[in-house]
Amino acid sequence: MSTAPAWVEFFVAALLVVAGLLSVVAALGLVRLRSFFQRMHPPALASTCATWAVAVASTVFFSELDGDLRLQAWLIPMLLSITSPVTAVLLARTALFRARQHGDEVPEPLPGDAP
Amino acid sequence: MSAVLNGATFFAIGCFVLAMVLALLRLLRGPAAQDRVLALDFIYVNGMLTVLVLGIRDASQLYFEAALLMALFGFVGSATMAKFLLRGEAIE
Repeated sequence: MSTAPAWVEFFVAALLVVAGLLSVVAALGLVRLRSFFQRMHPPALASTCATWAVAVASTVFFSELDGDLRLQAWLIPMLLSITSPVTAVLLARTALFRARQHGDEVPEPLPGDAP
Repeated sequence: MSAVLNGATFFAIGCFVLAMVLALLRLLRGPAAQDRVLALDFIYVNGMLTVLVLGIRDASQLYFEAALLMALFGFVGSATMAKFLLRGEAIE
């Protein structure tokens, strides 16, 4: 069995618990908020804070296990930090476009902005 | 694997599954198509986190590559669906 020091195990365990709670909070926000533009925000909690917490936990755990620095888990939050804003902006533009088609009360397009 | 770490991985996986079930409610209820795409993107992120935590639980580095691929293809899927809703076609 593993002979990890107690503080490593407690640190990893605390980070994992925090990540789980953040994810549940984000899901509750996704279910409970009223409009789509409000609901866009909670998933960012999971794709930034929770993912970083799990990545740091994974880094500490595997570094301790192998006795060497294992940073490859950080690739995942780095990738998500590039990709999730792209998805968010595309979805926001989609929601604005469809709301305008539907005739809802949303801000007018800026002059020179693509439709 | 101590009892503390075992319990923490179990708790984290339970939380991610609960979050996925709640997002599934949003996915089934809608009301608009972009809500469903957002919920599916959230489910992808949570599945990826579950795989990473399973990797810690099994002390295996193999799970990391699966999680990286899930993050990548989750983005491709969500961006394509959002583009489809915006334009009516995925590739212009």
